[in-house]
Amino acid sequence: MAKDVQQLDRVIIRFAGDSGDGMQLTGDRFTTETASFGNDLSTLPDFPAEIRAPAGTLPGVSAFQLHFADHDIMTPGDRPDVLVAMNPAALKANLRDLPRGADIIVNTDEFTKRNLAKVGYETNPLEDDSLHAYNVHSIGLTSMTVEALKGIAITKKEAERAKNMFALGLLSWLYNRPTEGTIKFLESKFARNAAIMKANITAFNAGWNFGETTEDFSVSYEVKPAALPAGNYRNMSGNLALAYGLVAASQQSGLPLFLGSYPITPASDVLHELSKHKRFGVRTFQAEDEIAAVGAALGAAYGGSLAVTSTSGPGLALKQETIGLGVSLELPLIVIDVQRAGPSTGMPTKTEQADLLQAMFGRNGEAPVPIVAPRSPADCFETALEAVRIATTYRVPVIILSDGYLANGSEPWRIPDVEDLPDLRVPFATEHNKTFEDGATAFWPYLRDPETLARPWAVPGTAGLEHRIGGIEKADGTGNISYDPANHDFMVRIRQAKVDGVAATIPPLEVDDPSGRARVLVLGWGSTYGPIGAACRIVRADGVDVAQAHLRHLNPFPSNLGEVLRGYDTVLVPEMNLGQLAMLVRAKFLVDAIGYNQVRGLPFSAEELASVIEEVAKR
Amino acid sequence: MSTHGADRPDTRAGRLGALDLVPKARDAQSAKDFKTDQEVRWCPGCGDYAILAAVQSFMPELGLARENIVFVSGIGCSSRFPYYMDTFGMHSIHGRAPAIATGLAASRPDLSVWVVTGDGDALSIGGNHLIHALRRNVNLKILLFNNRIYGLTKGQYSPTSELGKITKSTPMGSLDAPFNPVSLALGAEASFVARSIDSDRKHLTSVLRAAAEHRGTALVEIYQNCNIFNDNAFEALKDPETREDFTIRLEHGQPVRWGEQGQHAVVRAIDSSLKVVDSADVDPSEIVVHDAHAEDPSHAFDLSRLADQTLARTPIGVFRAVDRPVYDDLMRAQLEEAAQTQGAGNATDQLTGLLQGSDTWRVG
Repeated sequence: MAKDVQQLDRVIIRFAGDSGDGMQLTGDRFTTETASFGNDLSTLPDFPAEIRAPAGTLPGVSAFQLHFADHDIMTPGDRPDVLVAMNPAALKANLRDLPRGADIIVNTDEFTKRNLAKVGYETNPLEDDSLHAYNVHSIGLTSMTVEALKGIAITKKEAERAKNMFALGLLSWLYNRPTEGTIKFLESKFARNAAIMKANITAFNAGWNFGETTEDFSVSYEVKPAALPAGNYRNMSGNLALAYGLVAASQQSGLPLFLGSYPITPASDVLHELSKHKRFGVRTFQAEDEIAAVGAALGAAYGGSLAVTSTSGPGLALKQETIGLGVSLELPLIVIDVQRAGPSTGMPTKTEQADLLQAMFGRNGEAPVPIVAPRSPADCFETALEAVRIATTYRVPVIILSDGYLANGSEPWRIPDVEDLPDLRVPFATEHNKTFEDGATAFWPYLRDPETLARPWAVPGTAGLEHRIGGIEKADGTGNISYDPANHDFMVRIRQAKVDGVAATIPPLEVDDPSGRARVLVLGWGSTYGPIGAACRIVRADGVDVAQAHLRHLNPFPSNLGEVLRGYDTVLVPEMNLGQLAMLVRAKFLVDAIGYNQVRGLPFSAEELASVIEEVAKR
Repeated sequence: MSTHGADRPDTRAGRLGALDLVPKARDAQSAKDFKTDQEVRWCPGCGDYAILAAVQSFMPELGLARENIVFVSGIGCSSRFPYYMDTFGMHSIHGRAPAIATGLAASRPDLSVWVVTGDGDALSIGGNHLIHALRRNVNLKILLFNNRIYGLTKGQYSPTSELGKITKSTPMGSLDAPFNPVSLALGAEASFVARSIDSDRKHLTSVLRAAAEHRGTALVEIYQNCNIFNDNAFEALKDPETREDFTIRLEHGQPVRWGEQGQHAVVRAIDSSLKVVDSADVDPSEIVVHDAHAEDPSHAFDLSRLADQTLARTPIGVFRAVDRPVYDDLMRAQLEEAAQTQGAGNATDQLTGLLQGSDTWRVG
């Protein structure tokens, strides 16, 4: 008996379970199925820092949210239409986010007295009518999985562990997802253990078949592919995009890539990914600490590599002295800060964008560095290329401010044609650059390019260019040690002028103001692009005019930013910090920007931002 | 002892000479070629002058292209060294020179990379980088100028100052037990450890030569006199009255004997520790013979423990010089292996393949 298929334009699903339940893997697989089907999508993994918090407790809940649609979408969604709760803790931790009428699929096998007590349920919510506002599907996921795997030579524990694949199979049926990819994935993942492979595939198929036969689900749903711009697509997360951007930049610049890094959440995947690409000449160095990681990178930069260090906020704090040396030595260096909630250790797996001022001002002395920030997971690719362009052209450390949301979130990415990538080649110095009156020549390491103000990149191994540089103030031109007051004043100003000069090569800030009548501008940077964009759509649908502009370049700002800001009565700056960009634009442009600030470790909800924008627009 | 890939002949430690990958100088060099036009600004009488002169006169022996030599330093008096060497040079930040040099050496096998550091720079603020460079066995030569005091900050005790030392920051005496840099390096799995002294040009040069010829990290501790804040710290090793009795000159393959007439020697005690004896009291066959190439570092470690706080029985020379896989060689071998086994097609095709991945779909 074939069931009805109902059309939907968009769905938000949240998979939630214990840290050990494999929810991230389940979410990843569902995402890949959805991506290959051609929906637009956006994901939000949300997991605890503890690898295995005590089983069944609220702190141990790991979740993965996926929003997919037949049209272009900007966020992983605010409120899930469907919650898959593998245990009482997962139900309790996520229930408050569900709208009335949402579907809840629960694993009843875990709703034991003991597990209920662990999270403070006095009665079983599946039995006490407290969930009457929702469509609850009570399913014995564990017991049905174990039953389905009878006859396969594995332990009971191993059989129970496959319950996430049963859930994935059920959801795949419910939303008519293609399954070949997941089967192939399981075959390859468990290639070395035939029994486990068979168990997972059997569980997955059993879940699908259960959906088709059970009377609990009367219809299945379909979300048609989205009409994205033509091209080849793949699903892309932020950290992967950063790594690919750097490999591409290495190829496009002809400079070998060197990554110095120390493991830190949520940046480690950049190290993991780049360590796989040795065939591209990529050297990855797992250092003894954050300081050594950036030090080794700076040493490699001095030797002519495309040098990168990747970290998160606490690591950036440790690297700052070396970044200051990079400012003084005027060497290209890419510093990736995948921001997380701070201060101190903060919440390592939760997102925040509170390192902007640290990136701007966190070093001793006047030590300006260009700062760029990606706006979405896939945008990390282009942001990496742009950071490399600035660093190598101007011989300066560049900080990329990503964050945990971008790092782990994903979206479809239109794969660029390699032929269309920018040419990033830069010349090394090869000969003397200074001629004296008597015709003698010399190499002066601090003689600048008049246009970019960059000094020559003179790498060891170049005959005739032997020179010494260091962190002590250098005389303009010769680079010799200088304590001359006027020289120091000049050098401080010229390093600043060099960074300011980057603005001449960055595109003007674009404003999205469809009606052309907006009096309120919402200005953002980094990962808030999606939520702000989605909020603006909601507001405009209500008939309220609002303009949106989003900064990729935080230092220097695009040349037209002041003009853009002065064109609106009100400038609203939503940030996942206490107003860092707002402080910068207020200081620089004397604009009375209003902040809207949240530091909850989660991205903004679009609905909430929309109500804030409407309120501001109606003042 | 070796890791995987021991059968690959090209880049194995011990098969590749220390300087084989560094281009040679086209013409003969002299010490003068290594002097810069910068005025040397150490205090008159500083031991650093003697070390600088020794390095400048020794460098031509190596016959390396000057542009392929790099001196990297941290912060402190000794760290001004690169400014006076007409090679490439970087005066970096406090304690970090081994880290910076690691990145440079690991990415540029055609360079001869030297780190110049002091007891505060290498053992206090930069201790972590030093021990990790040693264990990785990066192709670096580290010259540690040990004057047992902070000079540039004007006279505070350092991690090698004696317990009880009166300094500006320890008016009632230092409470810190000092490091023995040679013992520390051996504990950090160093493949080459040596000690010399600023005033003995000939000995210093011989140790520098041995270090330069070692593929991997070489640590050379150089006792260096700070005549302003810690004058005569090593006088017992220099004074003609005492030096022969105080100094043990280690020579590989030679019995460990010292004193004007070689009257002192070491033997293995029953508990296998080293015991100092009068040579006349033991059979010559009992005297320990120095083996710098011993796989087990215990022998070198025992020697490093002979000296006491008065510097009596201070060994100088090469404690240990063994072949061990070199970090940058291994890294290069992995890159070559990946290029051979995973690489196919031109660079553009490879990058296209990477960006495409395996799970793609077509729109339009």
